[in-house]
Amino acid sequence: MADTAALQTSVDTRSWFHRNQQSIAPWLFLAPGILFFLVYVIFPVFQSFNLSLYDWDGLGAKEYVGMRNYEDLYWEFVDRDAFYVSLKNNLIWLVLYLLAIPAGLFIALFLNQTVTGIRLYKSLFFFPFVISQVVVGLVFSWFYDPTFGLLNVMLGWVGMGPINVLGNEDLVTYGIIAAGLWPQTAYCMILYLTGLNAVDPEQIEAGRLDGAKGVRMLWHVVLPQLKPATFIAFVVTIIGALRSFDLISIMTQGGPFGSSRVLAYYMFEVALSEYGFRMGYGAAIAVVLFLIMLCFIAYFLWSMYQEEKGR
Amino acid sequence: MVSKMKMTLAALASSVALVGPAAADLSGDLKIFLDTSNPAPRATMEAMIARFAEKHPDLNIETTVIDREAYKTQIRNFLTADTPDVATWYAANRMKPYVDAGLFEDVSDLWAEPEIAENLASTKGAMTIDGKQWGVPYTYYQWGVYYRKDIYEELGLSEPSNWDEFKANCQAIVDSGRACFTIGTKFLWTAGGWFDYLNMRTNGFDFHMDLAAGKVSWEDERVKQTFMNWKELIDMGAFIADHQTYSWQEALPFMVNGEAAGYLMGNFAVAPLREAGLTDDQLDFYQFPAINADVELAEDAPTDTFHIPANASNKEAAREFLRFVVSADEQTEINNGANLGQLPVNAQSAVDDDKFLNEGFAMLSSNSPGGVAQFWDRDAPAEMAKVSMEGFQEFMVKPDELDKILAKLERARGRIYQ
Repeated sequence: MADTAALQTSVDTRSWFHRNQQSIAPWLFLAPGILFFLVYVIFPVFQSFNLSLYDWDGLGAKEYVGMRNYEDLYWEFVDRDAFYVSLKNNLIWLVLYLLAIPAGLFIALFLNQTVTGIRLYKSLFFFPFVISQVVVGLVFSWFYDPTFGLLNVMLGWVGMGPINVLGNEDLVTYGIIAAGLWPQTAYCMILYLTGLNAVDPEQIEAGRLDGAKGVRMLWHVVLPQLKPATFIAFVVTIIGALRSFDLISIMTQGGPFGSSRVLAYYMFEVALSEYGFRMGYGAAIAVVLFLIMLCFIAYFLWSMYQEEKGR
Repeated sequence: MVSKMKMTLAALASSVALVGPAAADLSGDLKIFLDTSNPAPRATMEAMIARFAEKHPDLNIETTVIDREAYKTQIRNFLTADTPDVATWYAANRMKPYVDAGLFEDVSDLWAEPEIAENLASTKGAMTIDGKQWGVPYTYYQWGVYYRKDIYEELGLSEPSNWDEFKANCQAIVDSGRACFTIGTKFLWTAGGWFDYLNMRTNGFDFHMDLAAGKVSWEDERVKQTFMNWKELIDMGAFIADHQTYSWQEALPFMVNGEAAGYLMGNFAVAPLREAGLTDDQLDFYQFPAINADVELAEDAPTDTFHIPANASNKEAAREFLRFVVSADEQTEINNGANLGQLPVNAQSAVDDDKFLNEGFAMLSSNSPGGVAQFWDRDAPAEMAKVSMEGFQEFMVKPDELDKILAKLERARGRIYQ
C-alpha cells in the first residue's frame, strides 16, 4: 500500500515537471544569470540607496545622517560648486555625444559602396573602437599638449595662437568629448553598416521608380528601415555619455581645478580616490546619477514595449 | 592594578628576551607589504629584508610589493582582512584614519626603548597621535629650491638669502626670457609644496599647523597675506605657463632645457634631473629664504614609515623587524646614494656623501628651528588637502579669483572639521 502511494507521488511530480517543462526550462537556464544579476547589480543598487543616508569613511562605524548628504549636494549645486559642475558637464556630454549618431550614419553611408579595398577602409574607420579608451585618452592628451602637441602645430599653420585645451576650464570638457566621439562614432558606424546590409533592395528600387533620390530617398526610404539600428545607437550613446569616466580620469583627473568632472568621476573621487573615502556622499552622487539614467532606461523600455506590442 | 603590573613585567621580560641572543629564536611567518614599487626602492627593500632573514633563519618571510598608487586604496582592505604583519605607509595625518579605526598597532613600547628614543627623537612628533606612537620612520628627504647654477652665473645672480633677493633674482630671470620656476600642477600636490613654504615663511610653522588642523579661518588676513606673496610671483610671470596640464615629471624638461631656472621640489627630483643630463656643476640647491623675519624657518621633510597592523598575527617578529629597519647600520645602508638616496632617520647613521643629501641634512638638522612639517597633503586631513590643493591650482591660474577661492575653502573647513 505504502509502496503504491510513494509510486503515486513520484509519478505525479514527474508528470508535473513534464507537463510544465516548456515553461520551466527557460527559467532554469536563466536562473544563474538572474541570481548573479540580483546579487551583483540589483542588491548593490539598494545598498547604495541605503548607504547614501550614512556618513562612513569605509573603516569605522557608520553614522546615520538622514538626508544630509543630499543637502550637501544641494548646497554645492546652489554654490555652483563641484556637484553643479559635474551635473552641467554631464548634460554637455549627453547632448554632444549624440553627434556620434549622425556622424556614424554619414560615414556608414559613405562606406556602404562596392569599391576595391572598401573592407580595408571600413576596418580603418572601425579601428578607434577596437583600441582601449586608455589609449584614446593618452593619444588625445599628446595631441592637445600645449607645447609639443600636434594640435598647436596645426593651428600654427593657419596662423592661430597656441591653445591649451586640457588646461582651460572652458574648453576642457569639449576637448574630452571630442576624444570620446572618435571611438563612439566608429561604434555607431558599425551599427549602421550592419543596418544598411539589411535594407530591402526592392524598396529602394520601388522608391527609385517613384523618382526619389538623394536626401528624399534617405529620409523616406532608408532611414525608416534603419530604425532598429538608430534605436540601439541611441541607447548605447546615451548610456556611454552618462557613464563617461575613463577618458576624464586619464586626460585630466577632473582638472583643471575640477572643471572637467562628471557625476561618475566625482563619485569615484569622493568615495574611492586617494583623498576621498566619503562613502555615503559618494553613494548619494551615485543615486542621483542612477535616477538620471533611470529616466532614459524607462523611456527605452517603454518604447521597446510599444514596439513589441505593435507586432 | 595587578594586571597592569603583570603586563609591564611581561613586556619587560619579552624585551629582555629580545635583546639577548634569544632574539634569533623568532619563528613562524612574517608577511610584509611594501609600496616601494619603483625598481630602485624595491631592490633596496628586498635586499634589506634578505639581511633580516639571514639573522632569523627560522622565520619564513613573505614579501608583497604593491604598486604605490594602488597601495593607497588597497591598504584599506588589507588592514581589515588578510592582514600582513608589517606594512609601509606615511607619517602624520595620513595615518590618522587607520589609527582612529584601531587598525594600526600602538608601538609606543618600541619608542620607549632607549635605542630608538634617543636616536629617532627628531621624527617622534610625526609618528605621534593621541600621545602614542603608531609606527617607525625609515626614510625622509628635504624639500627646497633646486636651481640651474649655470643660468644664475650667466645672469650674475647668487642664492637668495631673503624674500627681496628672491624676487629680484626672479625678475632678472624673467627679464632674460625664462621662467623662474617650473612646476606641474596636474596632480595638485606640487602646488601644496609652494603653499607650505609661502605660508610657513609668512606666518610660521605653528600657524601653518593650526591651519592644517582647521583651527584658523581661510579668510584670515594672515592667510591672505600668504597668497598675496604668492600673487607677486605669479603676476611677475615666475611660473611656467600651462602648468595645470603637466605632472611633476613632465615639468622637468623646462628646467633641463633651461627654459626655467628652478624647481621647488623634494630631493627625489635630483635623480631624474641628473639622468636628463644635468651635471652637479649645473645643478644646485638652496633653502627657501625667509619672508617674514619674525618667524623661524621651518621645512618640509616627508617621512615614509613602517607600521604593524592591529590584526597582524606575528607582532613579535614585526616589532623585531621595525627595530632592525631603524637601526643605525640599516639606515645608513638603505638611504645611501645607490639605494633610496634619501636621509636616514637614525641620528647615529651616516648620510651618504652626496652634495644634495649633505646640504639637506645640514639644513634640516641645524637650520630649521621652526620645525619640520610632513607636507600639506599629509599634515591636513585628506579631504581638506584635496579641496585646498585644487584651490591652490585655481589660484595659480586665476590669481584674481582669490576671494572666491578662499570663501570656498572656508566653507569646506566648516564641513570637514566637525
